[in-house]
Amino acid sequence: MLRIKNINTYYGQVHALKNVSLHLQEGEIVTLIGANGAGKTTLLNSLSGIVPAKSGQILFAGEPVHDLPAHRIVEVGVSQVPEGRQVFKPLDVADNLELGGYVRRRKREGKKDMKAALAMVYELFPVLSERKKQPAGTLSGGEQQMLAIGRALMAQPRLLLLDEPSMGLAPLIVQEIFRVIESLSRERKTTVLLVEQNARAALKIADRGYVIETGKIILEGAAAELLENREVQRAYLGKDKKQIWER
Amino acid sequence: MTIWDSARESLSRDELEQLQLERLQATVNRVYKNVIHYRKIFTERGIIPEDIQSLADLARLPFTTRDDLRLNYPYGMFAVPLREVVRIHSSSGTTSKPIVMGYTKNDVRMWSNLVARFMTAAGVTRDDLVQIAFNYGLFTGAFGLHYGAETIGASVIPTSTGNTEKQIMIMQDYKTTVLVCTPSYALILADRMNQMGIDPKGLSLRVGLFGGEPWSEAMRAEIEARLHLRATDNYGLSEVIGPGVAGECACRKGMHLSEDALIPEIIDPETTAVLPPGREGELVLTTLNKEAFPMIRYRTGDLTSLDYETCDCGRTLVRMKKTMTRSDDMLIVKGVNVFPSQIREILFDTAQGEAPHQIIVEREAAMDVLEVRIEVTERIFTVEVQKPRAFLEMFRKRIKSVIGIDVAVSLVEPGSLSRDDAGVIPVIDKRRAS
Repeated sequence: MLRIKNINTYYGQVHALKNVSLHLQEGEIVTLIGANGAGKTTLLNSLSGIVPAKSGQILFAGEPVHDLPAHRIVEVGVSQVPEGRQVFKPLDVADNLELGGYVRRRKREGKKDMKAALAMVYELFPVLSERKKQPAGTLSGGEQQMLAIGRALMAQPRLLLLDEPSMGLAPLIVQEIFRVIESLSRERKTTVLLVEQNARAALKIADRGYVIETGKIILEGAAAELLENREVQRAYLGKDKKQIWER
Repeated sequence: MTIWDSARESLSRDELEQLQLERLQATVNRVYKNVIHYRKIFTERGIIPEDIQSLADLARLPFTTRDDLRLNYPYGMFAVPLREVVRIHSSSGTTSKPIVMGYTKNDVRMWSNLVARFMTAAGVTRDDLVQIAFNYGLFTGAFGLHYGAETIGASVIPTSTGNTEKQIMIMQDYKTTVLVCTPSYALILADRMNQMGIDPKGLSLRVGLFGGEPWSEAMRAEIEARLHLRATDNYGLSEVIGPGVAGECACRKGMHLSEDALIPEIIDPETTAVLPPGREGELVLTTLNKEAFPMIRYRTGDLTSLDYETCDCGRTLVRMKKTMTRSDDMLIVKGVNVFPSQIREILFDTAQGEAPHQIIVEREAAMDVLEVRIEVTERIFTVEVQKPRAFLEMFRKRIKSVIGIDVAVSLVEPGSLSRDDAGVIPVIDKRRAS
């Protein structure tokens, strides 16, 4: 459903993505692993149009989207959950969610769609329903992450881009977030591109993965194979360090 | 018809090419970073990994040859540290330098799956008993088929080579359903059964997977008639992975080549120009997901052609024609690769100088026989080993230890070997005619 060929993205003089090619099939969870500064977030930002690629091709459902502005990319079905949640802190939970459904509002069936989407998000994250009227800034980190995901889901995307959803969260909450990501893919057939520092957790729920190093893809493979790859283990899995929440 | 990995074996050309491009770019990035040889030859040509923007750009990369592999003996071509390698195989080489191949854990698994694909395509299932009469050792053949059969869930009987009567006893008593060996050995088994008064119809054999040496359709018909099984062909080479590169499906109209793991090209062996689909030329292979021993544009020396028409079996993978001839002088004798230059070197060592000689390869009673005829020269009797018999014995033993096969050796009258304008004809392969 998504096909990227040879994209190059720059921050000023810095060549952040070098000839990156990658694809996602419908319903897949694909994870992108790599060190800090390798280009993971840049890739998501290029996909969502926040930092457009300077060259290369991005096809979404067969259509080129690399020239579209960010808001149009949301409309065609790609939503991003940004790193560090970025919820609108003074607004309450319900308003945050409603803003996520902004693209639906303008459509004829918008109102009905929004209601259905809202119900889906509350079902996925019951705690958000309980905190409907609370300002987002008063939520815990985990709840804010759920809200950020919920907000992205309000646009009813076909492809969900997740940037470091586990960052700074307690192990139990991380587990819960990953469970939801997995069910989004398995039960709701949402396609997921997941960027994660916690490579082990990401590879455990992913179908496939790519390893990115200084802006270049150096490995592609089934998640189970990447878990077995010694280079990946050494560089990204902190081998021998048992993660507490895995028990 | 069952397909082992239908997600990968039946991709549309479009999907396959996207996957190939991604994997090619990742492989090129990795070899450029980890293998000095590749970084050096790319740099010499002014190529950086980012130049690979399409599959067509593959043609800009330099070839890799057997000589490159020898020069980097033993571990120079490895793309991972040795401690990540779980298996080492090697090919026969000259006295000093064979070719050494390494596999990571993932490589072994990937290899097993490629073999499982063609074994499934040939009709092997988890209910089969697979007798593997290939040589277990440094060669890749036996292990590849072994892993493939285990991956499918079949029962493996690793009989290895030799002891024909015991092979037949096992075949009878264990009720072997799948036979894995060289095609010439299949006929030896048939001969011996005949001598022993055993009717192959009474055996449980169903499928034969034959490889390791070129064989004709006539030979296939003979094996099928005499052993009452369905004989299928497969192709592989150790430098690239071993068996598992390509194999026949039930349609038997060429061997499906696993293009998600390897990109094939056909080149003119003289000009090295890439030839259009369908044309016959030398097969060149690039690996796409090998970790320890990636190969960029490896010249296999095998002549074949590729057929991109869709196959009735449902696989979309390209089919390669049976390989019968080579673009170099390599001989395949009893499934072992033999270079005339190896024999020349060993003779030079033993005789302490050049000696006119000729290699004759024949197929006697379905068995390959290699004979080296040496013209008697003064030199041979002036070397340390004075007696011709002792000289021949030493020469024979050295060939056995370096190349790994038994050969016949003999001394002939000076000037008695057949010659042409260039001197003694170095190799006479009589198998082609039959």
